[in-house]
Amino acid sequence: MMFGVIQFPGSCDDRDALAGADRAGDARMLWHEDTDLSGIDAVVVPGGFSYGDYLRAGAIARFSPVMGAVAEFAADGGPVLGICNGFQVLCEAGLLPGALLPNAGLRFVCRQVEVEVERTDTAFTGGCDQGARLSIPVKHMSGRYFAPDEMLGALEANGQVVFRYADGHNPNGSARGIAGVCSEGRNVVGLMPHPEHAVDPMTGSDDGVSLFASVAATPEPAAARG
Amino acid sequence: MKARVLIRPKQGILDPQGKAVERALPALGFEGVSHVRVGRLVELEADSPDDLGALCEKLLANPLIEDYEIQVEENQEPRDARRRSGARRGQ
Repeated sequence: MMFGVIQFPGSCDDRDALAGADRAGDARMLWHEDTDLSGIDAVVVPGGFSYGDYLRAGAIARFSPVMGAVAEFAADGGPVLGICNGFQVLCEAGLLPGALLPNAGLRFVCRQVEVEVERTDTAFTGGCDQGARLSIPVKHMSGRYFAPDEMLGALEANGQVVFRYADGHNPNGSARGIAGVCSEGRNVVGLMPHPEHAVDPMTGSDDGVSLFASVAATPEPAAARG
Repeated sequence: MKARVLIRPKQGILDPQGKAVERALPALGFEGVSHVRVGRLVELEADSPDDLGALCEKLLANPLIEDYEIQVEENQEPRDARRRSGARRGQ
Protein backbone atom coordinates (compact mmCIF):
# COMPACT_ATOMS: atom_id res chain seq x y z
CA MET A 1 0.00 0.00 0.00
CA MET A 2 1.56 3.25 -1.17
CA PHE A 3 0.06 6.42 0.25
CA GLY A 4 0.54 9.69 -1.60
CA VAL A 5 0.39 12.83 0.55
CA ILE A 6 -0.23 16.04 -1.37
CA GLN A 7 1.85 19.10 -0.57
CA PHE A 8 0.24 22.40 -1.49
CA PRO A 9 1.97 25.72 -0.91
CA GLY A 10 0.79 26.40 2.66
CA SER A 11 0.26 22.79 3.73
CA CYS A 12 1.64 22.28 7.22
CA ASP A 13 0.46 18.83 8.32
CA ASP A 14 1.90 17.02 5.31
CA ARG A 15 4.86 15.58 7.21
CA ASP A 16 2.70 14.31 10.07
CA ALA A 17 0.34 12.78 7.49
CA LEU A 18 3.33 11.09 5.86
CA ALA A 19 4.45 9.76 9.25
CA GLY A 20 0.93 8.58 10.07
CA ALA A 21 0.53 6.81 6.74
CA ASP A 22 3.99 5.33 7.14
CA ARG A 23 2.75 3.42 10.20
CA ALA A 24 0.30 1.53 8.02
CA GLY A 25 2.19 1.25 4.74
CA ASP A 26 4.63 3.08 2.53
CA ALA A 27 4.17 6.76 1.88
CA ARG A 28 5.59 9.45 -0.35
CA MET A 29 4.94 13.10 -1.02
CA LEU A 30 3.09 14.40 -4.05
CA TRP A 31 3.58 18.00 -5.19
CA HIS A 32 0.56 20.13 -6.07
CA GLU A 33 1.79 20.35 -9.67
CA ASP A 34 1.95 16.56 -10.09
CA THR A 35 -0.64 15.07 -12.39
CA ASP A 36 0.56 11.47 -12.39
CA LEU A 37 -0.73 9.29 -9.56
CA SER A 38 0.55 6.01 -10.95
CA GLY A 39 1.78 3.71 -8.20
CA ILE A 40 -0.35 5.49 -5.57
CA ASP A 41 -2.95 3.33 -3.81
CA ALA A 42 -4.42 5.95 -1.48
CA VAL A 43 -4.28 9.75 -1.51
CA VAL A 44 -4.12 11.93 1.61
CA VAL A 45 -5.02 15.62 1.30
CA PRO A 46 -3.44 17.03 4.46
CA GLY A 47 -4.19 19.93 6.76
CA GLY A 48 -2.73 23.39 6.71
CA PHE A 49 -3.49 26.61 4.91
CA SER A 50 -3.21 25.77 1.22
CA TYR A 51 -2.71 28.94 -0.81
CA GLY A 52 -3.04 30.93 2.39
CA ASP A 53 -6.77 30.14 2.66
CA TYR A 54 -7.25 33.03 0.22
CA LEU A 55 -10.87 33.71 -0.70
CA ARG A 56 -12.16 30.69 1.28
CA ALA A 57 -10.34 27.74 2.78
CA GLY A 58 -9.72 25.25 -0.03
CA ALA A 59 -11.16 27.48 -2.77
CA ILE A 60 -7.89 27.95 -4.67
CA ALA A 61 -6.35 24.53 -3.94
CA ARG A 62 -9.19 22.75 -5.70
CA PHE A 63 -7.93 24.21 -9.00
CA SER A 64 -4.33 23.07 -8.58
CA PRO A 65 -3.10 20.60 -11.21
CA VAL A 66 -2.99 17.60 -8.86
CA MET A 67 -6.67 17.91 -7.99
CA GLY A 68 -7.74 16.97 -11.51
CA ALA A 69 -5.81 13.74 -11.10
CA VAL A 70 -7.29 13.23 -7.62
CA ALA A 71 -10.82 13.64 -9.01
CA GLU A 72 -10.11 10.96 -11.64
CA PHE A 73 -8.51 8.73 -9.00
CA ALA A 74 -11.62 9.12 -6.79
CA ALA A 75 -13.97 8.51 -9.73
CA ASP A 76 -12.15 5.21 -10.35
CA GLY A 77 -12.87 4.21 -6.75
CA GLY A 78 -9.45 5.15 -5.35
CA PRO A 79 -9.41 5.92 -1.62
CA VAL A 80 -8.92 9.60 -0.77
CA LEU A 81 -8.68 10.99 2.78
CA GLY A 82 -9.06 14.73 3.43
CA ILE A 83 -7.96 15.99 6.83
CA CYS A 84 -8.92 19.48 8.08
CA ASN A 85 -7.85 21.79 5.24
CA GLY A 86 -7.87 18.67 3.04
CA PHE A 87 -11.53 18.14 4.01
CA GLN A 88 -12.23 21.77 3.04
CA VAL A 89 -10.45 21.24 -0.30
CA LEU A 90 -12.45 18.09 -1.08
CA CYS A 91 -15.73 19.87 -0.25
CA GLU A 92 -14.80 22.83 -2.45
CA ALA A 93 -13.86 20.39 -5.23
CA GLY A 94 -17.27 18.73 -4.99
CA LEU A 95 -15.74 15.35 -4.09
CA LEU A 96 -17.51 15.53 -0.72
CA PRO A 97 -20.87 17.09 0.15
CA GLY A 98 -21.27 20.21 2.28
CA ALA A 99 -19.01 23.06 3.33
CA LEU A 100 -16.94 24.19 6.32
CA LEU A 101 -17.85 27.56 7.86
CA PRO A 102 -16.01 29.70 10.42
CA ASN A 103 -16.33 28.22 13.92
CA ALA A 104 -19.51 29.33 15.68
CA GLY A 105 -17.40 30.71 18.54
CA LEU A 106 -15.18 32.60 16.05
CA ARG A 107 -12.10 31.32 17.89
CA PHE A 108 -9.37 29.07 16.64
CA VAL A 109 -9.89 25.80 18.53
CA CYS A 110 -7.01 23.49 19.36
CA ARG A 111 -7.81 20.61 21.67
CA GLN A 112 -8.27 16.88 22.00
CA VAL A 113 -11.84 15.75 21.22
CA GLU A 114 -13.70 12.47 21.29
CA VAL A 115 -15.07 11.39 17.93
CA GLU A 116 -17.46 8.49 17.38
CA VAL A 117 -17.13 6.22 14.37
CA GLU A 118 -20.61 5.93 12.92
CA ARG A 119 -19.84 4.00 9.74
CA THR A 120 -17.31 1.21 9.27
CA ASP A 121 -18.17 0.61 5.60
CA THR A 122 -15.86 3.31 4.22
CA ALA A 123 -12.36 3.04 2.81
CA PHE A 124 -10.83 4.51 5.98
CA THR A 125 -12.93 3.04 8.79
CA GLY A 126 -13.15 -0.66 7.88
CA GLY A 127 -10.79 -1.54 10.74
CA CYS A 128 -12.67 0.50 13.35
CA ASP A 129 -15.38 -0.82 15.62
CA GLN A 130 -18.86 0.54 15.08
CA GLY A 131 -19.45 3.25 17.68
CA ALA A 132 -15.79 3.33 18.70
CA ARG A 133 -14.65 6.53 20.38
CA LEU A 134 -11.43 7.94 19.01
CA SER A 135 -9.43 10.55 20.90
CA ILE A 136 -8.08 12.87 18.21
CA PRO A 137 -7.09 16.55 18.25
CA VAL A 138 -8.81 19.32 16.32
CA LYS A 139 -7.10 22.58 15.39
CA HIS A 140 -8.96 24.88 13.06
CA MET A 141 -10.70 28.21 12.54
CA SER A 142 -13.25 27.13 9.92
CA GLY A 143 -14.47 23.69 10.89
CA ARG A 144 -18.21 24.15 11.30
CA TYR A 145 -19.71 21.53 9.03
CA PHE A 146 -22.71 22.85 7.15
CA ALA A 147 -25.16 21.50 4.61
CA PRO A 148 -28.79 22.48 4.00
CA ASP A 149 -31.26 20.47 6.12
CA GLU A 150 -32.51 18.35 3.24
CA MET A 151 -28.93 17.46 2.29
CA LEU A 152 -28.15 16.52 5.91
CA GLY A 153 -31.19 14.24 5.92
CA ALA A 154 -30.02 12.59 2.70
CA LEU A 155 -26.49 12.13 4.05
CA GLU A 156 -27.81 10.43 7.17
CA ALA A 157 -30.19 8.27 5.15
CA ASN A 158 -27.33 7.21 2.85
CA GLY A 159 -25.01 6.50 5.76
CA GLN A 160 -22.55 9.16 4.63
CA VAL A 161 -22.00 10.62 8.11
CA VAL A 162 -18.85 8.75 9.12
CA PHE A 163 -17.74 10.59 12.28
CA ARG A 164 -19.64 12.61 14.87
CA TYR A 165 -18.27 14.53 17.83
CA ALA A 166 -19.22 12.76 21.03
CA ASP A 167 -21.79 14.54 23.21
CA GLY A 168 -20.25 17.70 24.61
CA HIS A 169 -17.27 17.59 22.26
CA ASN A 170 -18.56 19.56 19.25
CA PRO A 171 -15.88 22.27 19.14
CA ASN A 172 -17.21 24.47 16.36
CA GLY A 173 -21.02 24.31 16.07
CA SER A 174 -21.03 21.69 13.30
CA ALA A 175 -24.51 20.74 12.08
CA ARG A 176 -25.76 17.63 13.89
CA GLY A 177 -22.33 17.19 15.45
CA ILE A 178 -20.87 15.99 12.16
CA ALA A 179 -17.07 15.65 12.24
CA GLY A 180 -16.58 13.74 8.99
CA VAL A 181 -18.46 12.51 5.93
CA CYS A 182 -17.86 10.27 2.93
CA SER A 183 -18.77 10.24 -0.73
CA GLU A 184 -21.62 8.12 -2.08
CA GLY A 185 -19.00 5.63 -3.26
CA ARG A 186 -17.59 5.52 0.33
CA ASN A 187 -14.02 5.80 -1.00
CA VAL A 188 -13.59 9.54 -0.34
CA VAL A 189 -13.62 10.46 3.36
CA GLY A 190 -13.07 13.85 4.98
CA LEU A 191 -12.91 14.94 8.61
CA MET A 192 -11.85 17.99 10.59
CA PRO A 193 -10.05 16.17 13.45
CA HIS A 194 -6.43 15.16 12.78
CA PRO A 195 -5.81 11.40 12.90
CA GLU A 196 -2.20 12.03 11.79
CA HIS A 197 -1.59 13.91 15.06
CA ALA A 198 -2.75 10.90 17.08
CA VAL A 199 -0.41 8.13 15.96
CA ASP A 200 1.81 7.73 19.03
CA PRO A 201 0.88 7.13 22.68
CA MET A 202 3.68 9.55 23.56
CA THR A 203 1.46 12.41 22.38
CA GLY A 204 -1.59 11.16 24.25
CA SER A 205 -3.31 8.90 21.75
CA ASP A 206 -2.63 6.62 18.83
CA ASP A 207 -6.30 6.24 17.88
CA GLY A 208 -5.65 7.96 14.56
CA VAL A 209 -3.60 5.06 13.21
CA SER A 210 -6.80 3.07 12.66
CA LEU A 211 -7.81 5.25 9.69
CA PHE A 212 -4.56 4.63 7.84
CA ALA A 213 -4.52 0.97 8.88
CA SER A 214 -8.10 0.47 7.65
CA VAL A 215 -7.29 1.41 4.07
CA ALA A 216 -4.01 -0.50 4.16
CA ALA A 217 -5.82 -3.64 5.34
CA THR A 218 -8.21 -3.59 2.38
CA PRO A 219 -5.80 -2.82 -0.42
CA GLU A 220 -7.12 -2.06 -3.81
CA PRO A 221 -3.96 -1.90 -5.86
CA ALA A 222 -3.77 0.85 -8.43
CA ALA A 223 -3.30 -1.78 -11.12
CA ALA A 224 -6.62 -3.44 -10.28
CA ARG A 225 -8.46 -0.19 -10.77
CA GLY A 226 -7.08 -0.01 -14.27
CA MET B 1 -15.18 47.33 -17.70
CA LYS B 2 -14.99 47.46 -13.94
CA ALA B 3 -17.26 45.44 -11.72
CA ARG B 4 -17.76 44.66 -8.08
CA VAL B 5 -18.95 41.39 -6.63
CA LEU B 6 -20.59 41.45 -3.21
CA ILE B 7 -20.49 38.10 -1.44
CA ARG B 8 -22.35 37.45 1.79
CA PRO B 9 -23.34 34.48 3.93
CA LYS B 10 -26.71 33.07 2.90
CA GLN B 11 -29.67 34.12 5.02
CA GLY B 12 -30.25 31.67 7.84
CA ILE B 13 -26.59 30.71 8.15
CA LEU B 14 -25.04 31.80 11.42
CA ASP B 15 -22.50 34.56 10.75
CA PRO B 16 -20.33 34.73 13.88
CA GLN B 17 -18.33 37.69 12.51
CA GLY B 18 -21.53 39.69 12.10
CA LYS B 19 -22.65 38.70 15.61
CA ALA B 20 -19.31 39.76 17.09
CA VAL B 21 -19.52 43.16 15.37
CA GLU B 22 -23.14 43.56 16.48
CA ARG B 23 -22.26 42.80 20.09
CA ALA B 24 -19.38 45.28 20.05
CA LEU B 25 -21.46 48.24 18.89
CA PRO B 26 -23.41 49.02 22.10
CA ALA B 27 -20.13 49.13 24.02
CA LEU B 28 -19.08 51.98 21.73
CA GLY B 29 -22.37 53.81 22.23
CA PHE B 30 -24.00 52.78 18.93
CA GLU B 31 -27.51 51.63 19.81
CA GLY B 32 -30.24 50.29 17.57
CA VAL B 33 -28.04 48.40 15.09
CA SER B 34 -29.01 44.81 14.36
CA HIS B 35 -28.79 42.06 11.74
CA VAL B 36 -25.13 42.76 11.00
CA ARG B 37 -23.73 40.41 8.34
CA VAL B 38 -20.10 40.45 7.26
CA GLY B 39 -19.26 39.47 3.69
CA ARG B 40 -16.59 40.47 1.23
CA LEU B 41 -16.19 42.71 -1.77
CA VAL B 42 -14.22 41.71 -4.87
CA GLU B 43 -13.33 44.46 -7.34
CA LEU B 44 -12.25 43.40 -10.79
CA GLU B 45 -11.80 44.52 -14.37
CA ALA B 46 -13.09 42.27 -17.16
CA ASP B 47 -13.19 42.49 -20.94
CA SER B 48 -16.84 41.47 -20.90
CA PRO B 49 -19.52 40.97 -18.26
CA ASP B 50 -20.65 37.68 -19.85
CA ASP B 51 -18.59 35.32 -17.74
CA LEU B 52 -18.99 37.05 -14.39
CA GLY B 53 -21.86 34.83 -13.27
CA ALA B 54 -19.95 31.62 -14.01
CA LEU B 55 -16.85 33.08 -12.40
CA CYS B 56 -18.82 33.74 -9.21
CA GLU B 57 -20.40 30.27 -9.20
CA LYS B 58 -17.09 28.50 -9.72
CA LEU B 59 -14.67 30.50 -7.62
CA LEU B 60 -15.61 33.79 -5.99
CA ALA B 61 -18.58 32.40 -4.06
CA ASN B 62 -19.52 28.97 -2.75
CA PRO B 63 -23.22 28.86 -3.75
CA LEU B 64 -23.97 26.36 -0.98
CA ILE B 65 -23.19 28.91 1.73
CA GLU B 66 -22.95 32.31 0.04
CA ASP B 67 -25.08 34.65 -2.07
CA TYR B 68 -23.42 37.01 -4.51
CA GLU B 69 -24.41 40.15 -6.34
CA ILE B 70 -22.62 41.54 -9.39
CA GLN B 71 -22.52 45.31 -9.83
CA VAL B 72 -21.15 46.55 -13.15
CA GLU B 73 -19.85 50.09 -12.95
CA GLU B 74 -22.00 52.20 -15.26
CA ASN B 75 -19.96 55.37 -15.37
CA GLN B 76 -16.40 54.25 -16.13
CA GLU B 77 -14.73 57.64 -16.73
CA PRO B 78 -13.48 59.87 -15.36
CA ARG B 79 -12.20 58.41 -12.12
CA ASP B 80 -13.85 61.07 -9.93
CA ALA B 81 -17.23 60.46 -11.51
CA ARG B 82 -16.83 56.74 -10.98
CA ARG B 83 -16.20 57.26 -7.31
CA ARG B 84 -19.34 59.38 -6.95
CA SER B 85 -21.43 56.84 -8.81
CA GLY B 86 -20.19 54.10 -6.50
CA ALA B 87 -21.05 56.15 -3.45
CA ARG B 88 -24.61 56.75 -4.66
CA ARG B 89 -25.25 53.07 -5.21
CA GLY B 90 -24.07 52.30 -1.74
CA GLN B 91 -26.77 54.41 -0.10
